[in-house]
Amino acid sequence: MIATLLFYAFAAVLTVAALGVVTSKNPVHAAFFLVLAFFQSALLWLLIDAEFLAIVLVLVYVGAVMVLFLFVVMMLDINVEQLRQGYTRYLPLGVVVAGVVILEIVHVIWYRSQGLPILSVPTSHGPDYSNTKELGAVLYTEHVFAFEIAAVLLLLAIVAAITLTMRKRPGLKVQNIAEQVAVRSADRIRVVKVDAVTDAKD
Amino acid sequence: MSALLTYVDELLVGLGVPAPLPYVVVTGIKIVVVLLPLILSVAYFTYWERKIIGWIQHRLGPNRVGWNGVLQPFADVIKMLFKEIVVPANSNRFLFLLAPLVSLVTAFSVWAVVPFSETFVIAEIDAGLLYVLALTSLGVYGVIIAGWASNSKYAFLGAMRSAAQIVAYEIAMGFALVGVLMAGGSLKLGDIVLAQQGTSLLSWFFIPLFPLFLVYFISGLAETNRAPFDVAEGESEIVAGFHVEYGGIAFGLFFLAEYANMILITALTVLFFLGGWLSPFAGIAGLEGTWLAQSGFHWLAAKMVFFMFCFLWVRATFPRYRYDQIMRLGWKVFLPITIIWIFVEGVLVALEVGPWAV
Repeated sequence: MIATLLFYAFAAVLTVAALGVVTSKNPVHAAFFLVLAFFQSALLWLLIDAEFLAIVLVLVYVGAVMVLFLFVVMMLDINVEQLRQGYTRYLPLGVVVAGVVILEIVHVIWYRSQGLPILSVPTSHGPDYSNTKELGAVLYTEHVFAFEIAAVLLLLAIVAAITLTMRKRPGLKVQNIAEQVAVRSADRIRVVKVDAVTDAKD
Repeated sequence: MSALLTYVDELLVGLGVPAPLPYVVVTGIKIVVVLLPLILSVAYFTYWERKIIGWIQHRLGPNRVGWNGVLQPFADVIKMLFKEIVVPANSNRFLFLLAPLVSLVTAFSVWAVVPFSETFVIAEIDAGLLYVLALTSLGVYGVIIAGWASNSKYAFLGAMRSAAQIVAYEIAMGFALVGVLMAGGSLKLGDIVLAQQGTSLLSWFFIPLFPLFLVYFISGLAETNRAPFDVAEGESEIVAGFHVEYGGIAFGLFFLAEYANMILITALTVLFFLGGWLSPFAGIAGLEGTWLAQSGFHWLAAKMVFFMFCFLWVRATFPRYRYDQIMRLGWKVFLPITIIWIFVEGVLVALEVGPWAV
């Protein structure tokens, strides 16, 4: 009863947030709506006892990915007027593409699902059941190769991203921090002893 | 405490209150029992901070309101409550007022999984450590929203600095916690503390995980935007950073969230590395039966007070880092250290040396 009410509440906010992502004029607002949408889907996952997935969704997508995303979007100076140009020119093409996508979705969800058995709600386990432990037990034994391949792919992406930014431009000035830290006072200043000069008073 | 809660629970069930309500009432009492002392400790933490920094700098600190200034925090709160909240022109009013609430809610909700003793914790959830990581990473949204909604370049610069810094240090923090997980064998915070139970304080995790302990505490300083990593506020460069446009109690909420987060970092450091509520004198002959040898909340509080002092000590001692040096420390120093130590720990576990001896 309470779970059902919560489900409808979270699902309603999720739908509104998802609509907000595509309809907001300001890209920063759209990004905030996306954060809200992620958060709501995490709550929906919590309702079906998938606490590991829910928390990791918040941790990875809301806590890290969207922060960097906002970081970039906030710094962009997007001219909305310029983006709106050519709206009528591209409208027919857009309508055709949207129609095809809608047809495909209907085909997959409605047409092909006729006569399929409806999955029941997953059975709830007791409070001692550890979602995380079960996932880990399968991930590192049965699916270890898929896991390793995914890890290698991610590593490859990191290396690729770093090599793209590591170009040496001529005349680029960089600080060598090790050199800065190793500096002693004797390298920079010279202490000179100067005898005090006193004017002879008469 | 827990006896009282069981009594309330049984009383409500005995009175015929329908099923979820007694649980809601008991949890509500627990939340109040945690949050009220927390807010009070935040108030006195600020007083204590001004006193300690005063003494370190050879000053007296606040000493006018009440005996030796003990009522100073209340004077500050009353002042902030009565000040006007000015919403800047051309700013987004909804987001502007939402930002302090986001900071505060994330700072408070993490306390739900923090165990205060073997029996007292608000929510004993299985993925407690992941919950802590997820919610502490949400705290940055308060800063980002505040910086963006203020429509001020200083606030915006502060928010950008803070976002980059928190993301950088969160990774080192997460890796340090991976080491704790490998040693503790559980994601439940209470189980991690119980895994440190042994004959003496030598079985606490700060010995086998010493580099991770240092990395975690220093990342905690950076994560809460405290000196020497407080470039998000950087009053010498960008006035007051992300909360420059906030006044009155809206600023007060940011302040409350920041100090609640600091106390949280001390609590987590103690729970993960220093045996939480366990007594350091547990195995010593002649002390059995006394409160010194007894594990309980008093030991957790004593250890937390020490680390809270460290926060202030560090603030009064070190100059602020330059921004590129902060980034270098996070990405190029802490991250490799944690990864190397996780590898070392893995070898120790595989060879069953030290605390992993069977």
